[in-house]
Amino acid sequence: MNLLSLLRPRKPASAHPPLAAGNTRRLHDFHGGIHPPQHKTLSNQTPIRPGPIPRTLVLPLNMHIGAPALPCVQVGDTVLKGQKIADASGPVSAPVHAPTSGVVSAIEARPIQHPSGLDALCIVLDTDGEDRWAPLTPHPDYHLLPRAELVNLIREAGIAGMGGAGFPTAIKVNLRDSQRIEQLIINAVECEPYITADDRLMRERADGVIAGVQALQYLVQPQETLIGIEDNKPEAIAAMRAAAANTDIEIVVVPTKYPSGGEKQLIQVLTGKEVRAGGLPAEVGVVCHNTGTAWAIHRLLSHGEPLISRITTLTGTAFSNPGNVEVLLGTQVRDLLAFGGVTVPDNGEYSYGEYSGRLIMGGPMMGFSIDHPAVPVVKTTNCIIAAPPEELPEPEPEQPCIRCGACAEVCPADLLPQQLYWYSKAGEFDRAQHYNLMDCIECGACAYVCPSHIPLVQYYRFAKGALRQQAAEQQKADRARERFEARMARIEREKAEKDAKRQARLAASRQKQAPGSSTAPTVDMAALKAASLEASSAYKAAVKALKAAEATGDGDAEALRAEADALKARADSAKAAVRDAKDSGAATTPAVPASDPVADLKKAVAEASSAYKQAVKAAKEAEASGSAEAASLRAEADTLKGRADELKNALREAKEQAPAVTPAPPAADPVAELKKAVGEASSQYKSALKAAKAAAEDNADDADALRARADELKARADQLKAELRDAKERAPATVAPVAPATLTTPATPDTQAATDATAPVAASTDADSAARAKRMKALKTAYNMASKQWKDASAALERATREGADDLAVQQARVDKLKKKADLAKEQLNLLVDEAKAAMKQATGSDLKTLKLAAARSESAAREKTAALAAAREAGDEAQITVLQQELAAAEQAALEAARTLKQAVADQGLADV
Amino acid sequence: MALIKVTSPHATGQQRTGRLMREVMLATLPGLAVLTWLFGWGSLINVIWAMLIALASEAAVLKARGKDVAFYLRDNSALVTAVLLALAIPPSAPWWLTLIGVSFSIVVAKQLYGGLGMNPFNPAMAGYVLLLISFPIEMTRWFAPGEGPEHFMGSVHLFLGRYAETVDLMTGATPLDSFRTWAGDATALANEHILHGVFAGVGWEWVNVAFLLGGLYLLWRGIITWHIPAGFLGALALCALPFWLYDPARFASPLFHLFSGAAMFGAFFIATDPVSAATSRWGRLIYAALIGVLIWVIRSLGGYPDAVAFAVLLLNLAAPTIDYYTQPRTYGHDKAKRGTG
Repeated sequence: MNLLSLLRPRKPASAHPPLAAGNTRRLHDFHGGIHPPQHKTLSNQTPIRPGPIPRTLVLPLNMHIGAPALPCVQVGDTVLKGQKIADASGPVSAPVHAPTSGVVSAIEARPIQHPSGLDALCIVLDTDGEDRWAPLTPHPDYHLLPRAELVNLIREAGIAGMGGAGFPTAIKVNLRDSQRIEQLIINAVECEPYITADDRLMRERADGVIAGVQALQYLVQPQETLIGIEDNKPEAIAAMRAAAANTDIEIVVVPTKYPSGGEKQLIQVLTGKEVRAGGLPAEVGVVCHNTGTAWAIHRLLSHGEPLISRITTLTGTAFSNPGNVEVLLGTQVRDLLAFGGVTVPDNGEYSYGEYSGRLIMGGPMMGFSIDHPAVPVVKTTNCIIAAPPEELPEPEPEQPCIRCGACAEVCPADLLPQQLYWYSKAGEFDRAQHYNLMDCIECGACAYVCPSHIPLVQYYRFAKGALRQQAAEQQKADRARERFEARMARIEREKAEKDAKRQARLAASRQKQAPGSSTAPTVDMAALKAASLEASSAYKAAVKALKAAEATGDGDAEALRAEADALKARADSAKAAVRDAKDSGAATTPAVPASDPVADLKKAVAEASSAYKQAVKAAKEAEASGSAEAASLRAEADTLKGRADELKNALREAKEQAPAVTPAPPAADPVAELKKAVGEASSQYKSALKAAKAAAEDNADDADALRARADELKARADQLKAELRDAKERAPATVAPVAPATLTTPATPDTQAATDATAPVAASTDADSAARAKRMKALKTAYNMASKQWKDASAALERATREGADDLAVQQARVDKLKKKADLAKEQLNLLVDEAKAAMKQATGSDLKTLKLAAARSESAAREKTAALAAAREAGDEAQITVLQQELAAAEQAALEAARTLKQAVADQGLADV
Repeated sequence: MALIKVTSPHATGQQRTGRLMREVMLATLPGLAVLTWLFGWGSLINVIWAMLIALASEAAVLKARGKDVAFYLRDNSALVTAVLLALAIPPSAPWWLTLIGVSFSIVVAKQLYGGLGMNPFNPAMAGYVLLLISFPIEMTRWFAPGEGPEHFMGSVHLFLGRYAETVDLMTGATPLDSFRTWAGDATALANEHILHGVFAGVGWEWVNVAFLLGGLYLLWRGIITWHIPAGFLGALALCALPFWLYDPARFASPLFHLFSGAAMFGAFFIATDPVSAATSRWGRLIYAALIGVLIWVIRSLGGYPDAVAFAVLLLNLAAPTIDYYTQPRTYGHDKAKRGTG
């Protein structure tokens, strides 16, 4: 025996030994507990009465724990009794049924059964008084149904735990195959003072309750079934014993002690088992259901009735006619007050007249006071107490805690309520948590015995709320950080991919231009390797984020999984590329670094600073919205700034070191690229068309705009197609891909394919330039469109992320796709620009830079002359003026010529617009 | 709308701090009666005088602190402190001794630490120790049982400090003093009349029986739990037993220890002060047992005849630490938590 149990004050085993004598099992005790005055005879002396059919029923969409139901009727619909009016909206949810026939008059926010007096969405039903039933299907032979079907019946009937929390019953009876239930416990303890709903139910309808329990037995297949009843209900015990006489159901009489009706406490009393902190009873092989729930299941199976009414105790000395009433769900408290004989003058919709005192929904220990008599009865409302101030007076003022420890003596969870109080009051929530604050069941025993009237439970609720909020904020910050990391990884990966691709293309084009000069592999191994590494590290980061999300039960898990899969695929392909490159380049000389370091650095600088800008923006937004992530985002932004600065420095150095390096002019295969462009354009067109159609179906406002855009895209696609046709006709040889022979066989001067492939590029003609200019123009448009779409989509994604939309994965995929498209267009454009520049050099003998420089120089020379001339005029030096005037004319002429040459060259190569 | 909007629980028990304190005072009545019977009216006068001082000084401090004087006075805690201290002071004490002790208890030991519920030390014992150290003669001047002033006026003279007018009174050693003086000398011990009452020291055994009765009343009323008296008395007896068996001439018997000096008073009324004691079940046992051990050590080996005040004050300081390490195992947890984490 545990030594500690010796230290506990002894409590009488039972006040009614003869009753408990019927027990065949040894009962266990739980620590603490209190014996408040019962006040049960106030309401348990009369039979259950049918409740009124009020003019209006107000049915909250969240009568249960879990997601609110979704209305499936509309205002103005006529509904029948028992007809479903709201659907379950998720796995943890329960439908709502019409408690009587009538017309749906509103679906709006009304005061509901919330401790804080909140309003929530309710279906308001104007009853017609006819009480016409919808057709019902009873299932008396439910034993023949598969269990899953029976579970579904219970779910569809909207049955939720009728004892306290209102947890959807279908979930509790839907066990996994691996779960073995040792005890099915029916909680008929009803330990709170005043409440007698279960008492009367068992006295009058014991057979039905037992039938419901048998259905539960069929569902959970327990080894034994126990019904726990407190020994203050001798009539109920007798009735239940009689009803259970020929079954394997055991009626167990438990000593009257509050809170022995608490789920965990009852399990301990009946079985001696303790449920792990934060765990569920099913983990120790126990399932608990309430008597009222068993009765509701019985009504469903024997009559086909969904849950539309419940037995509610009307009690408190303000009722002249107290007792138990079978109340239609949605009946407002004021209708029950009138029904029970509390005088309520009828002066206006929400007025409550002269009644003063406390109006409590639930019991006096754990119920909550309502301040609005329009609050409706819901599935969990077991009691309405109307108590004048003489009965339940205003709480006395709080006195200092004298550490008497009475609270610790009565705590059923064996906490130190006093310590919890000090820490909660001081705001030391971590300490309070260390003292197991979260295990408090808020039974109120501590506050009941406190000689200083300290509202202890209120302090605990406050501290629990603060702790929950802390946890939520922490989780939010973690999620934001994971998202940010994933995003950075993605950006890095995309950059690496892009670099690798560009390198590959550059190498390929170099090979095409000079087939005989090199046997170098077409790809830069280092870049490929880097890309592969980055891709796999991005994948790993994504997997980490996914795991974290799954652990926290985050809604983003799906999106993250999709992203992780995509990254995996990318990492695999990057690895494959490295392998391929190794295989093909095994016999060749090491890779020639193909990229221009300065250009790369420039790009890196641009990317880094744009990342920095984005981060700053995000941080600002976070700060504006007062988000907790602001600080971390700001820190990230600073890091990025540092990186950008570093890169800038590196760029400056690189420029100084390598001023003469110019990139090798790349040469792309125009036909292949055109094909690609055509494909993209037409796919763009198709998706735009689809969007437009969808928008038109939805009568969206932007349908016309979408349609216009689709048309535009169509035109572009057509144009590109035409260009492709032209290009094919003009340059059939360019269709040939890079000959594989050039990769593996030693190149010879007479390798025909290579010569053919490079010929058109080498001998640039006016016709080529014109075609290129046209294509460049088209590509530029394509790039602008794609990049605009990408930016729009990114903004939309960001909005969606902030608002926590469901389709983030889809949106993310869209953003990625558009980004890719934009990048592709830009790259093609850059290639063409490079090509054009090369052609220009060939045509004019100097490159664009030189030309620009010449033009600028001559222009500045002219300006100098103008300035000198002005100075000479001021000085009045006639001879000088004449000389200068001549020189200025010459300089102006030169500048004009240089500008013309530049313009011509640019126009020739179609670079004007780029 | 006249609805009262409060959170659960709506039902509250009947216990009130003021009532609780009143019951504690009520439970001291048997002890007070026996003290008066044995030593004259001095104890009663002291108690009433101390209550007046306590009310006045508590009210003055509350007013200075800007608190609701009437509301806080109603908790009766100042009166309890006054009664406990007055019962501990010898009946021959002059008025100023009580005044200094009680006002120190209330103003310094209680209110300066933040008032009811915040004081680390038992206020009555803090005041007692202050007096014992500052005024050792007045604080140890007990009459031989039954030899106190016969008339009420004699006690009044003493109270007014006119000790010289009552010199014919027999002052004498208490049983603890006496045993301490003659410990080791079996013959002398046998000749000491005061050591041989019905079952413990003459007179003082009945004082302790009276406080035991009062303590049982508190237990019955559920105002204290059994942990502290049991730990206190059990440890004291357990310490005394082996030494007494080893050498009865040098070490007093467990029964003598339990019914001498302030043992019962301390076990049921002093160590049980909830504010300054440990609060968890195991904590209370350990706290009280350590007090019992300390009392035996100081009585048998230390320099003072009795030691309840010192032992209680020392353990008051240890109470928070004891509580940290004696948290109960919460439902649903494998192990009890230790320390503050």
